[in-house]
Amino acid sequence: MTHRDLTILVIDENAIRASIIEEGLREAGHGKVTVIHEVHGVARVIETLRPDVIVIDIENPNRDMMEHLFQLTRTVGRPIAMFVDRSDTASIEAAVEAGVSAYIVDGLKKERVKPILDMAVSRFKAFSRLQRELADAKSALEERKLVERAKGILMKMRGLSEEEAFALLRQTAMNEKKKISEIAQSVVTAAGLLIR
Amino acid sequence: MNILTNKSEFRGEKLSAGGALPAPGSIRHEGSRTVRAGFIPLVDAAVLIAAAEFGFAQREGITLELVKDVSWANVRDRLAFRQFDVAHMLSPMPVAAMLGLGSNPSPTIAPFSLGRGGNAITLSTRLYGLMQQEGGLGAGEDALKNARALAAVVRSAQAAGKPPLTLGVTYPFSSHNYEFRYWLAAGGIDPDRDVKLVVVPPQMTSDALAAGAIDGFCVGAPWNMVASERGVGRIVATKQDIWPSAPEKVIGMRPEWAETNRETVSRLIVALDRAARWSDEPANRIRLAEVLAEERHVAAPADIIRRVLAGEFAIDPEGNRRVVENYLVFHAGFANFPRPSQALWTYSQMVRWGQASLSRQGIEAALSAYRPDLYREALGKDAVPAGADGSRLEGATDGDRFMDGHVFDPDRIDDYIKSFTVGAKGRVQNPADDI
Repeated sequence: MTHRDLTILVIDENAIRASIIEEGLREAGHGKVTVIHEVHGVARVIETLRPDVIVIDIENPNRDMMEHLFQLTRTVGRPIAMFVDRSDTASIEAAVEAGVSAYIVDGLKKERVKPILDMAVSRFKAFSRLQRELADAKSALEERKLVERAKGILMKMRGLSEEEAFALLRQTAMNEKKKISEIAQSVVTAAGLLIR
Repeated sequence: MNILTNKSEFRGEKLSAGGALPAPGSIRHEGSRTVRAGFIPLVDAAVLIAAAEFGFAQREGITLELVKDVSWANVRDRLAFRQFDVAHMLSPMPVAAMLGLGSNPSPTIAPFSLGRGGNAITLSTRLYGLMQQEGGLGAGEDALKNARALAAVVRSAQAAGKPPLTLGVTYPFSSHNYEFRYWLAAGGIDPDRDVKLVVVPPQMTSDALAAGAIDGFCVGAPWNMVASERGVGRIVATKQDIWPSAPEKVIGMRPEWAETNRETVSRLIVALDRAARWSDEPANRIRLAEVLAEERHVAAPADIIRRVLAGEFAIDPEGNRRVVENYLVFHAGFANFPRPSQALWTYSQMVRWGQASLSRQGIEAALSAYRPDLYREALGKDAVPAGADGSRLEGATDGDRFMDGHVFDPDRIDDYIKSFTVGAKGRVQNPADDI
């Protein structure tokens, strides 16, 4: 349980993602976790906190500021970017794809750091999956609304039942090799042009 | 398809610790010529962008896949971790990498320089006002007078017990850092004691100045002009004023990649050479500006980029203009040749400011970062300047002077560093010393 001693600093402008990571670290038994959302004043935070591991999102242009800080601040050891084990290309790719970068104080055993980074990577991934799912759910809802409207138009204009209207949309979509929502969109657009 | 082949190809390679790559077991064709290139949205990435966008790479059988990034640290890491094959880099970055400086030093070489110029120093309009009042500065003074006027302001602020000025550069191992320090020191300001240097990402410089978070910055184009057109800053020196020949960005790559992809490297250099010649032609600069302005590239207004390329400066909010000759040079005057003496000049600045110490091994490491041999191999001896290895006295000819008249002799680095009154003088910034 030596890993409990590690001091971890998470810098992420995205507050939700940062809290997801923080939670993960706490669940893994890390008590000394600090989260900041903006890089302003980070120099002082680092000097007082003396973190062993710094996790920062890769899209943060302030990474260059961190580099400068490490060059100047004598209280910080000698942090190394990303991964201790450079031959671990799979982990590196996973991290970059997920958008995680990290600094680790030199000399820290990689067995102690790897679980932290793996956790950060999986939480970053989970976060973007969540966002994707949210976006998917939104567009699914939009599509369903569109189909409902198209069905209504067909029922009214062609005197069809709800099932018949849906069957017609589906059949047309199959014939034209398009998505049902695309056909529904055409129906709605056409109706907008023809009626009124 | 090409991308896939390429990717699996570099996944298959094994990195050996610090040494050369073992030769592949079987004869392998260089195969796919998709080259993935990282860049930072700056006008000085022009040659790389032009090579990709105007058919120069294609003509050499290379598909240049440009990947925009947000920080130099990312560029360095993604090159080291094989996410990029080559990258648009600050010229001191390969030198720092070879010297083992920074938080992820991984062997990096520069066989091609992307040109000269583009940097400038901008101070807040408030600070410039103080320089006029307290430094007795007239209108349109030269860079050295501006620096001395700033020194007067700094001294009176110190006497009044005011906090030091905060000035922004873009990266610890950057031409901006060394140029800003050079200019400050030439005016009599110690950049480590009299002011506070911080790092600000280029695209944030003008906002940071407007918000009062910094009092000035040194950055590449187009950000100085953006600040002066917004009325928040005053340009007080350009690279042309500090040292016209100073190398700016380079193409960096891993030596092991260059070794296993020799033909691709050669073709890439040819493509970049053609793109650089094309970019230097004034007739092509309108098209160049349009492409650079695009969202996927620099993402800045096309008219500003056009003026930046022409060296037309709005130096202050009142609309005073100044045309800087050769503000951005992409090819002329051997601008693409990686000159060994310039790698050594960069090293001399690292030593001057305490980032490194001077040693024979250091000199060799700095020299190994620049690869004029690969440049010569691709373009032939006619493309290379005369002289033993293209090294020369820097700042020794008219039109190429340093602002304070010093001359850099690559064979006498120690004397050169000692000839400056302002410098770190042995305050080596090595955190290991403290432990």
